[in-house]
Amino acid sequence: MTLFTEFGRYLLMLKGMFSKPENGKMYWKELMHQCSEIGIGSLGIVVIISIFMGAVSALQTSYQLVSNFIPRSTIATIVRDTVILEFAPTLVCIVLAGVVGSKIASELGNMRVSEQIDALEIMGINTKAYLVMPKIVAALIMIPLLVVVSAALGIWGGRLAGVMSGIIAPNIYDKGLIEGFKPYNVFFALVKGYTFAFIIASISAYYGYFVKGGALEIGRSSTRAVVVSCVAILFADYILAALLLDK
Amino acid sequence: MIEVKNIRKGFGDRTVIDGVSAVMEAGKCNLIIGASGSGKTVFMKCIVGLFVPDSGEILYNGKNFLAMNGDERKDIRQQIGMLFQGSALFDSLTVEQNIMFPLNMFTRDSYSQKLKRVNEVLERVNLKDVNKKFPAELSGGMKKRVGIARAIVLNPKYLFCDEPNSGLDPLTSMVIDKLIKEITTEYNITTLINTHDMNSVMEIGDHIIYMYQGKKEWEGNNKEIIFSKNERLNEFIFASEFLKDAKDMRMLEQTGRMDNQRNSK
Repeated sequence: MTLFTEFGRYLLMLKGMFSKPENGKMYWKELMHQCSEIGIGSLGIVVIISIFMGAVSALQTSYQLVSNFIPRSTIATIVRDTVILEFAPTLVCIVLAGVVGSKIASELGNMRVSEQIDALEIMGINTKAYLVMPKIVAALIMIPLLVVVSAALGIWGGRLAGVMSGIIAPNIYDKGLIEGFKPYNVFFALVKGYTFAFIIASISAYYGYFVKGGALEIGRSSTRAVVVSCVAILFADYILAALLLDK
Repeated sequence: MIEVKNIRKGFGDRTVIDGVSAVMEAGKCNLIIGASGSGKTVFMKCIVGLFVPDSGEILYNGKNFLAMNGDERKDIRQQIGMLFQGSALFDSLTVEQNIMFPLNMFTRDSYSQKLKRVNEVLERVNLKDVNKKFPAELSGGMKKRVGIARAIVLNPKYLFCDEPNSGLDPLTSMVIDKLIKEITTEYNITTLINTHDMNSVMEIGDHIIYMYQGKKEWEGNNKEIIFSKNERLNEFIFASEFLKDAKDMRMLEQTGRMDNQRNSK
């Protein structure tokens, strides 16, 4: 299948999601379920990654700041900006592409292979709307929230590592955090969060929804979903940086 | 009643269904039989709308399914129940939730009304104390019965069963066949069954269509099938020496009966 055919089918899948729900209450229930799966289900890994990401970032920044003319508070400023601009949205979303993306692809793939999607279709349910849409909407709600949580924990992790290793005093770190803070960076991080959330959920759903074959194919499509999502995230990251951070 | 007119379906260069026409009447078990790869499943999937045929007509009580808009199709689909080869139960839901799912989606009944209906259909398929079990905890036969219960919970007008006996022992297969037959006559449902189980053919085949390489090769009922002169059909149904012998014996017995009848007259 050519790239254009795949892309066309992906767009048709997205178009097919928009129809009147058969029962709003059931769709709401499914949305809440997906929010819990995506948000709560990934919280643990996001917390761990974010704290270590901030901590390592603080230690490495300190290692590179050899000049006495640069104030120590710069460590906090650099940790803050790298975490908000890149680490929290991009790195966390790449990890989420693995955690959430593979889960979505394998869940839908399993439903396809075991004819559960066919069973829903025969009942008269629009499966794109009932199965794919709640996953995308849930990702759009939860992943930006996880990005915010990750940014906060990353900055806190940097403070913790800096203070524990004696690199920087807490009050200097806090001072550095508010120095030259641009709220626009948070906006930029959220734009990235929403974009990457859509990429992760929609691409993974596409690969899962159109699985053909058996258990082996589910695994393959799950891997393909993660790889394509990661590449798409990195590509979108560059585009967004070029568009939104252009001075 | 379902009427299929000159259905054709192909995938790429390969024609899988080649101009099949048939009438499936209500209150009867309509069986589609044929070897693996003969197009039975594709034929059934075309009728239920999972595949769109390349040409032809599918009439549900006289209305062309292929010419219907989205809402009309949804209405028809809500009158369809289907039992899948692997049962297709939702893994993450209990038996009760699986059966209640169509009720939750399409009715505004209270929970107690829905639960009452779930218990009714579970009782109808002879299952007890399984409400809170998950599909993984059930045997193959029980899964099929839950699948039937889910398929009939909305009182469908049409019931489709894809290989209902696959993976089941002969005794359980007979129980499932009997159940499908009873439900078909009890609710006057138009039932269409894909099978290559000869026991089913002989037990419940009110109307049988034999498919060979995507074409309708033979049509009749379970009383006519063993006397058919169609070579391909005979090759299919009497594949083993045992069945061939059984056929010869049945023929002799039948001929003997006829002779006796003639003599008594």
